[in-house]
Amino acid sequence: MNRFLRLIGRDVRLAFRQGSAMTLGLSFFVIVVVLFPLGVGPELAVLARIGPGVLWVAALLACLLTLDRMFQADYEDGSLDLLMTGSLPTEILVLAKVIAHWLTSVLPLIVIAPLLGMSLNLPGDGILALTAALLIGTPTLSLIGAVGAALTMGMRRGGVLLSLLVLPLYIPVLIFGVAAVDASMAQLSATPHLLLLGGASLGALVVGPLAAAAALRLSLS
Amino acid sequence: MAIDLHKYANPKRFLAITGAIYPWSVGLTVVLLLVGLYLSLFVAPPDYQQGDTVRIMFVHVPAAWMALMIYTMMAISSAVGLIWKHPVADLTAKASAPIGACFTFLALVTGSLWGQPMWGTFWVWDARLTSMLILLFLYLGYMAIWESFDDPVKAAKAAAILALVGVINIPIIRFSVDWWNTLHQPASVATMDGPKIHSTILIPLLVMGLAYTAFFVMVLIIRVKAEILKRRLRVLQIAELRES
Repeated sequence: MNRFLRLIGRDVRLAFRQGSAMTLGLSFFVIVVVLFPLGVGPELAVLARIGPGVLWVAALLACLLTLDRMFQADYEDGSLDLLMTGSLPTEILVLAKVIAHWLTSVLPLIVIAPLLGMSLNLPGDGILALTAALLIGTPTLSLIGAVGAALTMGMRRGGVLLSLLVLPLYIPVLIFGVAAVDASMAQLSATPHLLLLGGASLGALVVGPLAAAAALRLSLS
Repeated sequence: MAIDLHKYANPKRFLAITGAIYPWSVGLTVVLLLVGLYLSLFVAPPDYQQGDTVRIMFVHVPAAWMALMIYTMMAISSAVGLIWKHPVADLTAKASAPIGACFTFLALVTGSLWGQPMWGTFWVWDARLTSMLILLFLYLGYMAIWESFDDPVKAAKAAAILALVGVINIPIIRFSVDWWNTLHQPASVATMDGPKIHSTILIPLLVMGLAYTAFFVMVLIIRVKAEILKRRLRVLQIAELRES
């Protein structure tokens, strides 16, 4: 447990000290969202209608953008070999990496999402549901993404392949995430959607580390 | 179980068995396709609403069945390859992916050609169409990962992991797309269900399904054979280079 926490701490510290890694994903998220009003026009009713979808799609893309760094840096300088020969099981190692990725790359997006939601004219209920849906749903993105990141690790042009592999698998999260916000904006209960998102996250928690660990062992063999 | 599998894992024996099956699959494909096309184009009655355009169904629906069946088969042989290190299973999974992608594409194209006269548009974001499109992307991703590794053994394992993660996700994707569709546009897809299936329609449909399956077996045998020979050639070439 101690080693597990220390590994997360190490990755978070590394991300903080590099700085640019965190702010780049965040600025990408903001810019993508800003492009939409410019593209579809500034009518507030239209923006409120497409807002949840825009925010979710931008979050998926921003998450995807940072995924390829999940194992890549450690793979390049060789520390991944060391970590894998250590006593921590590879599945747990993957889980630590996923948690670190979520904390450094996804959590900042969730923090700024309400602000962007307001700029897209989402009502208060919608923003609340959006934040809840992002908090519950985005762990799935990091967990499934870990499988893709492990499979494409060390590949030339791995990033492009990564998006082809991972984006189709993200579709359920996108659908339920948007549905939760839409439901609460229509004065309906967002709970069923949030429960489904939670279910997806728990399912991915089981499958993701297993598959990603298998892929890591494969890439390093 | 394990003993049986290893008996068929021998590529030589596999080639012998499939060599015996191959002529039969060719014959079956030709006969069933002729019978099925005759039944569906001339014998089956035109629909009372859709007229003759309903005949697109006999090409379209079996293609969609095949698309799903081939992915399932691919996932099963990937699992066999991953668990029992069964080389022919890996090759079977690899060889079936492009065929499955073609059937998915065929289902999408015939579906949109059918949609134009029926719904007045080539494409609607209907749950079935959308999930078929996603299936096509899963196939493409699977094929892409095979191409991105230089070492075929590694590529086989990576592709198998992807196929297995994909097969767990397919029901979830299917369910979520259905859910999404009912939320966004409730009553525009009822035309897909139409009247209850009568035997004059069902029989040609099943014959066409069997014809497609026989065709799949035929193409699969050709492709797996080509893969095995390609590997053998590679081994021979490497040996030759070592000698010289």
